[in-house]
Amino acid sequence: MHPAELVAIDGRTLKRGDAGSPLSITGLTVTYSGKPVVFSVDVTVPAGSMMAIVGPNGAGKSTLIRAALGIVPRLSGDVTAFGEPVGKVRDRIAYVPQRASVDWDFPATVLDVVVMGLYRRIGLLRFAGRRHRATAMACLERVGMAGFAGRQIGQLSGGQQQRVFLARALAQDAQLYVMDEPFAGVDAATERAIIEVLRTLQAEGKTIVAVHHDLATVPVYFDHVLLMNVRAVADGPVATTFTPEHLQATYGGRLAPAQLDDIAAALAGRRTAAAS
Amino acid sequence: METFLAALMLSAGYNTAVVSIGAGFLGAAAGAVGAFVLLRKRSLVSDAVGHATLPGLAAAFIVMALVFGDGRILPGLLAGAAISAALGLFAVDWITHNTRLHEDAAIGAVLSVFFGFGIVLLTVIQSLDTGRQAGIAGYLLGSTAGMLRSEAETIAVAAFAVALAVFILRRPFTLVAFDPEYAAVRGVNVRRTDLLLMAILLAVTVIGLKVAGLVLIVALTIIPPVAARFWTDRAPHMVMIAAVLGAASGFVGTSLSASAANLPTGAVIVLAAFALFVVSLLVSPVRGVVAGGLERMRLSRKVHERQGLLSLARGEPIYDGLTLRVLRRAGHIRADGVATLQGRAAAAAAQREEALWSLYRREHPQSAAVSPALELNPIAEVLPPETVAALDRALPRVTATAGQPS
Repeated sequence: MHPAELVAIDGRTLKRGDAGSPLSITGLTVTYSGKPVVFSVDVTVPAGSMMAIVGPNGAGKSTLIRAALGIVPRLSGDVTAFGEPVGKVRDRIAYVPQRASVDWDFPATVLDVVVMGLYRRIGLLRFAGRRHRATAMACLERVGMAGFAGRQIGQLSGGQQQRVFLARALAQDAQLYVMDEPFAGVDAATERAIIEVLRTLQAEGKTIVAVHHDLATVPVYFDHVLLMNVRAVADGPVATTFTPEHLQATYGGRLAPAQLDDIAAALAGRRTAAAS
Repeated sequence: METFLAALMLSAGYNTAVVSIGAGFLGAAAGAVGAFVLLRKRSLVSDAVGHATLPGLAAAFIVMALVFGDGRILPGLLAGAAISAALGLFAVDWITHNTRLHEDAAIGAVLSVFFGFGIVLLTVIQSLDTGRQAGIAGYLLGSTAGMLRSEAETIAVAAFAVALAVFILRRPFTLVAFDPEYAAVRGVNVRRTDLLLMAILLAVTVIGLKVAGLVLIVALTIIPPVAARFWTDRAPHMVMIAAVLGAASGFVGTSLSASAANLPTGAVIVLAAFALFVVSLLVSPVRGVVAGGLERMRLSRKVHERQGLLSLARGEPIYDGLTLRVLRRAGHIRADGVATLQGRAAAAAAQREEALWSLYRREHPQSAAVSPALELNPIAEVLPPETVAALDRALPRVTATAGQPS
C-alpha cells in the first residue's frame, strides 16, 4: 500500500503514514482565506497512546484535528486512520468537539444527546429502543451523570456538558478518541472524572488524542505530545519531547521563565516516578 | 359566523371541506419541516424561497398563455415556481459559500431581486391580451375561492408525501441541526442533508402557494415551530407539536376565509397561527410567560426563605416583610418571630448547604455551576455526587456543627 520510502537530501527518512497507526497525518496543510493556519504537519499517533496537542492560541491545534477528521477542507496532505482513509473507519473514531461549538438551548435531554452517539447503530427508520437507551445510560453512569439523564441540556453546568459529550463518544464504542479541549472551563471534579475515564479507555487499549491548553498537566495526564505552532515543532513521548527547549521553540517568548522551570520540575518528577 | 362554524364542522359544502382538509395537511407538513429549519437556524431562508417563486410563476403563466391560450394550469405554474425558487435557493447558497457575505445578506438580496423581477413580469401579464388574468393574483396572498377539488386533493397528497420525507430524515436533520461537525465526523453528509431539508422546504412552499400565497407561506413554516418550542424541550416532540399547530392553523384559517367573500386565505391562516402562538407564549407550562412569572415568584420565595433561615442560624433579627411571611407560612417561625424547632433544623441545614457552596466556589472558581441561581438548589441536585462527597469531606467539622441548636 505504501510506496518505497522517501528519503530527503539530508538522509532522513520522510515519514509516510504508518500502516497500523490509529491516526497518521502526513504533510497536512490548511488555509483560511489564503493564510496557512496549519502548515505541512506530520504526526503519527502510536496505538494505545494518550497524546496531547499543545501550542499557543491560534497555533492551529483544533484546525489540525478538524481537518484530519474531514470537518474543514484541507489544502494538501494525507490522513489515514488504522491504515485506511478516515471515511472508511468512521465507526472506530469518536470525536468530542469543543463544548462551546453547539447551542445548548437546543431542545434535547441529556439522554437524547448520548443516544445521538448510537446514530449509525439505530439506523434511519427505527426509533431508539430500550436497548439503545440502556447503552446510553451505562455511558452516562461512566461519567457520573446518570442522575441527569432527563435534564434539558441547557440546565447543565460547563463540566456537566463536557461529561455529556464524553458519554456520547463512549456510546460509540470506538478505538480512537479525538477530543478538542476536553478540560477547557470545567470544574476540577469533572477534570478528574474525565481523566479517570480516559485512563480506563487507555487501559482497554484505546488511543486518545486531545487538544490541551494547560502545560502543567501535560506530563501528568499524557504520555505523548505534539508541540505545534502552525508547523509541528516536535512530537514523541512526553519524557523526551516536552522539554523547555521545544516549548521555547513552540511558544517563542510567550512563556515566562518560571513556567519553564515548573515544567522542567514536573518532568523530573515524572522521570523519578517512572524509575521507582 | 354561522358560515364559519358550518365550514369548521365540514358542512359548508363538500368542496370547502376538501379544501380545508387539504390546507390542514399542508399546515402539518409546513410545521414539521419548519421545525427542522428553525432548529438549523435558517428560518429566513423560507422567506427567500417563498418570494423567489414569483418570477417562475409569472413566466410560466406567460409561456402557457402564449402557447395554450390559458395561463392558469396548476401543474405548469407550480413547475415554474419550483424552478425559480430552486434558482433562488441556489443563489443564496452560492453567495454564502463563495463570497464573504453572510446568509442574511444573501437572503435579503435574493428575496428582493426575485420578487422585483416577478412583479415586473406580473405587469407584463396585465398588458397581455389574454383574459383570465385574475387567477395569478391569488398566488400572492393565497386564495382558495374557486379551488378545484382535484387541486385540493393534489395538495393533500403532496403534503402527506412531504411529511413522510421529514419523518424518514428526522434523525440526520436533528443531528445536523444540533452539532453539524459531530454529524460530519459520523459520516453524515452535512451539505447534502441541508440540501434535502431545503428541497423539502421548497416543496412545501410550492404546494402551499395556492392556499397560503407566496408572501405569507413563510409564516406557516416559522410560526407553528416557534409556538411549539414553548411546549417542549425535546426535538421530536417539537416537530410533532409544530405539525399539529400548523394543521390547526391551515384548517381553521381556510375554513374562516371561506366564510366571507374576498378574504385572502393566506392572511387568515397567518392570523390563526399567530393566535396559537400567543396562546403558547402565555400559557405553556414549559416556557410560557405565565409559567415564567410563577417561576420567578417561586424563586423570590426561595431566596427570601434561604436568607431568612441564614439569619435565623446566625441569630440576626429579620425585618423584611416578605421574608417573615415566607418563614411563617413554612412553619419555620412562630407569629412572634421566634424560631420553631423545625425552623432551627432548617436553618442549620441551610447553613451547611451554604458552607458547601462557598467551599465549592472557592475550589472551583471556573465552574459554570457557580451561579447564584443554581446555588439556591440543594447542592446534591446540581453537582455530581462525587463532587458533593469531596466537598463534604473537605468541610471543616466546625461549620458542620455550628448551626445546631445547643
